[in-house]
Amino acid sequence: MSLSRRSALLTGAALGIAPLSRAGAQANTIRIGVLNDMSGPYRDISGPYGVACAKQAVAEFGAQGFNVEVINADHQNKPDVGAGLARQWYDQGVDMILDVPTSSVGLAVAQVAKEKNKAYINTGSATSDLTGSACQATTVHWMYDTYMLAKSTGSAMVKAGGDSWFFLTADYAFGHALERDTAAFVRAAGGEVKGQVRYPFPSTTDFSSFLVQAQASRAKVIGMANAGADTINTIKQAAEFGITRRGVKLAALLMFLADVHALGLQTAQGLVLTESFYWDLNDRTRAVTRRLLPHLSGAYPNMASIANYSATLHFLKAVKDMGVAAAKASGTELVNRMKAIPCDDDAFGAGSIRADGRKLCPSYLFEVKSPAESKGPYDYYKLLGTTPAGEAFRPLNEGNCALVRS
Amino acid sequence: MLDAIEAFLGVPAPLLFGQLLLGLINGAFYAMLSLGLAVIFGLLNIINFTHGAQFMMGAFAAWMLLAWAGLGYWWALLLSPIIVGFTGIILEKLFISRLYKLDHLYGLLLTLGLGLIIEGVFRNEFGSSGLPYRIPAELSGAWDLGFMFMPIYRGWVVVAALFFCIATWLIIEKTRLGAYLRAATERAELVQAFGINVPRMITLTYGAGVALAAVAGVLAAPIYSVNPQMGSNLIIVVFAVVVIGGMGSILGSIVTGFGLGIVEGLTKVYYPEASATVIFVIMAIVLLARPAGLFGRA
Repeated sequence: MSLSRRSALLTGAALGIAPLSRAGAQANTIRIGVLNDMSGPYRDISGPYGVACAKQAVAEFGAQGFNVEVINADHQNKPDVGAGLARQWYDQGVDMILDVPTSSVGLAVAQVAKEKNKAYINTGSATSDLTGSACQATTVHWMYDTYMLAKSTGSAMVKAGGDSWFFLTADYAFGHALERDTAAFVRAAGGEVKGQVRYPFPSTTDFSSFLVQAQASRAKVIGMANAGADTINTIKQAAEFGITRRGVKLAALLMFLADVHALGLQTAQGLVLTESFYWDLNDRTRAVTRRLLPHLSGAYPNMASIANYSATLHFLKAVKDMGVAAAKASGTELVNRMKAIPCDDDAFGAGSIRADGRKLCPSYLFEVKSPAESKGPYDYYKLLGTTPAGEAFRPLNEGNCALVRS
Repeated sequence: MLDAIEAFLGVPAPLLFGQLLLGLINGAFYAMLSLGLAVIFGLLNIINFTHGAQFMMGAFAAWMLLAWAGLGYWWALLLSPIIVGFTGIILEKLFISRLYKLDHLYGLLLTLGLGLIIEGVFRNEFGSSGLPYRIPAELSGAWDLGFMFMPIYRGWVVVAALFFCIATWLIIEKTRLGAYLRAATERAELVQAFGINVPRMITLTYGAGVALAAVAGVLAAPIYSVNPQMGSNLIIVVFAVVVIGGMGSILGSIVTGFGLGIVEGLTKVYYPEASATVIFVIMAIVLLARPAGLFGRA
């Protein structure tokens, strides 16, 4: 009896020590969870490259008195899968969730982060609602949104004479937001919206029917409110059906360097698009690209993947600034600290985060080069214009964000 | 006259004709894929869920032949089905042949798993945004039909798909080989007693069904981006087509393939949001009214 009691005590002590020491290590470890599309249409935009960029930021941040761990998972572009993983991660001690493309998933995870009072930096979803009607004190939205894309690409197309539009829209939160924000700019510039088609996402591969409908509307511009493989298929099929040869312009409202690479310059040349990062912009962007390339298996970074680098660096700066214990205690306070200190990194330069969670950076309007103009690997863009950080995004008071009104 | 039609239909007539034509083209892919499935199910009693991955492999084989061996589209149309069909034969020999005595469910699980593995391997190797494959020079360009711009290549797809469908149907229904195949479906032991090597015939049939998927893959490569998930998007629809046509019915899969392509095309005009679901709604209705499918024998 006494023996068994002693052994029971010993076992208890042993069991007690293990969690204690683990808890000790955990208390000094910041965990970052990269949640994105590792297997679907948006994989090549961030996916494994986004994970590598976050890890590179951790490596460059170096030892600052606490450990940093990066984990990742595939949300399969499904809001229920994404929200479930986020809940599980936050419960298991993940301090910040990063990336989260696909706006429907991005919005669902924002809700979970708010419930758990944990930091959430979105670099993947485009919907401007993340800092508008759905804004949260725990959310930061990094390098782009539908408003910024609409303002840059949409306004430029109208200015160039494209004053009547037909939208080809992916039927979910992102497509709707991009269509809404672009249509507003088209109308504001005196243009007209002739109609739209909303196609099922992500199960559509044939866009020819929709393109023919767009053509029948006699609009001068077909606005593609979609992304990734959908955009690639749309552009390919528009060329096949001779739509661009008949003088109708395609507006690639969201297109990344990886998409241009997949299309090839022969098909993509002349397209006008907006990104907030291009590797060949200046000395700093070229330097960070050189550092990243060995980890990206040949694919050059675009604004989405490299935003994970930039956001991770800034997040770690804020953690260091306020101390690990305080950072772990409240996601809201952590995000407030991120808003209080200025951002600066090689990818996006100097910037800041607004009260509604919007990270401010300039947006760049590019034109895709022709095969003859391209001098080397990933030499794809010509810079047409720059919108400064202060004007690139929706004015703070127009977003309907509760954080701003209060 | 045209105005009256327009008023009745609610959309401009040219637009409608265009959509019917496009529906026919998509139907060509459904027909070719469901045909391969029907052949395999008819003889092997295996619901081949690897079919989508094999369609994708056909497209990738075309890309590889061009990028690595410099062989163009016409060579790909010949070689890709042989290569992919051969991988199908290996799969059949190694795995699928062990399941003939078991319930359908095991074959379904095995082929589904194999399909996912194949897709994963291609995704790891080639990424998800796809690889470019140009339309062959002989078939590029388009005809102006007045009501729409018709790419020559899409016309070719319909012709080629019809050719393969009719050829397959003729082989199975009208030739001695087809008679053996049909006989082996009914009474394998008896056919074997006549000195025919039934297991080998089954293996080759699986290879041929897979080769049909690969042909469809080569036909699709210049239209869609060649990417690892191109098959998984299509295969669920194709299964619905097979169920509607009647499992194992060759003629049924061809007719419903083209027919549902057209129905889907019309949905894209009237209510685009439902274009991905309309085929499943039809499937549910058909299953309620005729559980064996439109052309199936109960």
